[in-house]
Amino acid sequence: MSDQLVTFVLQILNGLKIGSVYALVALGYTMVYGIIKLINFAHGDFIMVGSYALLYTMPIMVSMGMPAWMAVVIAIAICALVGITVEKVAYKPVRKKGNNMSALITAIAMSLFLENLAQTIFGAAPKPVGTIFSFPDMVFGEVKINGNTILTIIIGVSVMIALQFFVKNTKLGKSMRAVSEDGQAAVLMGINKNRTITMTFAIGSGLAAVASLMYCASYPQATPTIGAMLGLKAFVAAVLGGIGIIPGAMLGGIVIGLVESLSKAYIGDLTGGVITSAFSDAIVFGILIIVLLVKPSGILGKNVGEKV
Amino acid sequence: MKKSSIKSSLINLVVLIIVFGILIVLCEFDILSNYIRGILMVCCISIIMACSQNITVGYLGQIALGGAGFMGIGAYTAAIITKAMASANILVGEGVPDTLRFLIAILAGGILAAIFGVLVGIPALRLRGDYLAIITLGFGEIIRVVIQNLKFLGGKGFSEGSAGQALVGINRISNLYVVFWVMVICVALMYTFIRSKYGRAIIAIRNDDIAASASGLNITFYKVLAFTVSSFFAGVAGGIFAHYIGSLSAGSFGWLKSTEYVIMVVFGGMGSLTGSVIAAIVLTALPEALREFSDYRMLAYSVALIIVMIYRPTGLLGTYEVSVTRLINKILGKKEPSLHAIKAEVEASGTKEEEVVK
Repeated sequence: MSDQLVTFVLQILNGLKIGSVYALVALGYTMVYGIIKLINFAHGDFIMVGSYALLYTMPIMVSMGMPAWMAVVIAIAICALVGITVEKVAYKPVRKKGNNMSALITAIAMSLFLENLAQTIFGAAPKPVGTIFSFPDMVFGEVKINGNTILTIIIGVSVMIALQFFVKNTKLGKSMRAVSEDGQAAVLMGINKNRTITMTFAIGSGLAAVASLMYCASYPQATPTIGAMLGLKAFVAAVLGGIGIIPGAMLGGIVIGLVESLSKAYIGDLTGGVITSAFSDAIVFGILIIVLLVKPSGILGKNVGEKV
Repeated sequence: MKKSSIKSSLINLVVLIIVFGILIVLCEFDILSNYIRGILMVCCISIIMACSQNITVGYLGQIALGGAGFMGIGAYTAAIITKAMASANILVGEGVPDTLRFLIAILAGGILAAIFGVLVGIPALRLRGDYLAIITLGFGEIIRVVIQNLKFLGGKGFSEGSAGQALVGINRISNLYVVFWVMVICVALMYTFIRSKYGRAIIAIRNDDIAASASGLNITFYKVLAFTVSSFFAGVAGGIFAHYIGSLSAGSFGWLKSTEYVIMVVFGGMGSLTGSVIAAIVLTALPEALREFSDYRMLAYSVALIIVMIYRPTGLLGTYEVSVTRLINKILGKKEPSLHAIKAEVEASGTKEEEVVK
């Protein structure tokens, strides 16, 4: 195999790795949007909560003789708790009284609140997260693949499959789909809407905790603003796939991850150095803008007419 | 013009001149330290920014999170223009006041920001609500990243510049007196814009865009118009900021900065320019007054914002405008004029910086 091809394969794998992180975060956005039509700006910050939870529970886990990655169970619980609290304390009262705009402002305020709270408690400086798992590198002929990359992709894909199964086959999953399809009709069918919304927040936030595990395995640092850019990009992924659609979020996440990784590697050569890898954030947002202009409902979305 | 509207305009002008007089006295007799003067300058910038954001957020009813991006365009444009003037010896030297260069620069900054406002607005405003918030956020971030990576906008600028660095060595030629009147004119212009035929069309679109379009309003035109006007004033504010602070880094024009101004709009009241003015002053001055708690500033803002949203979704003042004329009438014990007369008065009462005195 030529060097170029090897680099290309490695870039693809990198893209899949970060893409599966985006996909898990995007799932949280998409599930919440599907059910209450709100862009949960604070969702990115649930990743931050997750990474701090990992940071502080990992030593405890290790001292109890368990593997470090078991900390993710506690992280999931903490994130789910934070998610439910955010929804109960802030989103629910606003949803009852206000309109879309006040809900959106509340979500932005919640995001600012979580970030600043973390900064007050943990300080602004990044804190190193210990090694979560180390998987041996795999060697295929000349290609050496980082074990953690493979493991991250595997975790991502299996969580997505499990989620798909959950949504399609369990009672709770079905009620989630029903509420997102038509909230009022779902209530008439005897579905407890509030409980479903709470569970959606719990699951979405739990996914963010898994995403923080995967992210911290590659970039072992926790900062108060870790979730801001990650969350925005995951949101782009959710919109790209079609917001409110679960497979769409997975597809969008993978696509954004691949685009980001490939553009970082090749954009400089392709454009003769005019656009460099420093533009990678701009490229992701550029994709968002193109999608919103060409097909606002996303790749897998259907165009719905407007009711007067 | 109606008689009552001329009268209330005059009252407002008189109040403004009094405020300005107090400002001059305070500054000339060195009662205000440089530090306080700096805060007043930032207040003026915040007022222009908050009012400009109120046009999109409050009157057009669409959350746009790209305000700081346009502010950045204005800031960099104005800075580059005064730099170019200084190096080419245009309007520099004896007898030529710095203010002339300053005004040209901020005007140019505003115009370029407005041009970008049109370019961004036409595609972005096809969307609404959440999507619009996100797409403007996206555009704002793109503007920031591009500015950060342009070689002539970093370091010393032009051919000596280097990408990724702060632009330094901008002439600090913003004068508090001039900035005060620039701010007054900006707010007055925005106020008259909102009370004009165009402003009423924009408010109609906010209230019900389908009904507005059925009444023959060109929705896209008015939306882009509102966005452009808002971008223009954001650019002007950016120009002032550049010449006050003296060095610019693209990082300070991210979406967090935009949300800070949106917070001011929301606190003051979505659809109340006087509300924005008051909120801008309070939210700029308060953190300075409570410096020892400055770490908790954003924490407190976000909690307050959530509480405001829960109990008063349209902001503290809602769409209520504070009017000095009405206040004077009340003090003099005049009978409240009929609703119609109040409306006429409110429409004509011009600027509202009087609130500064309170």
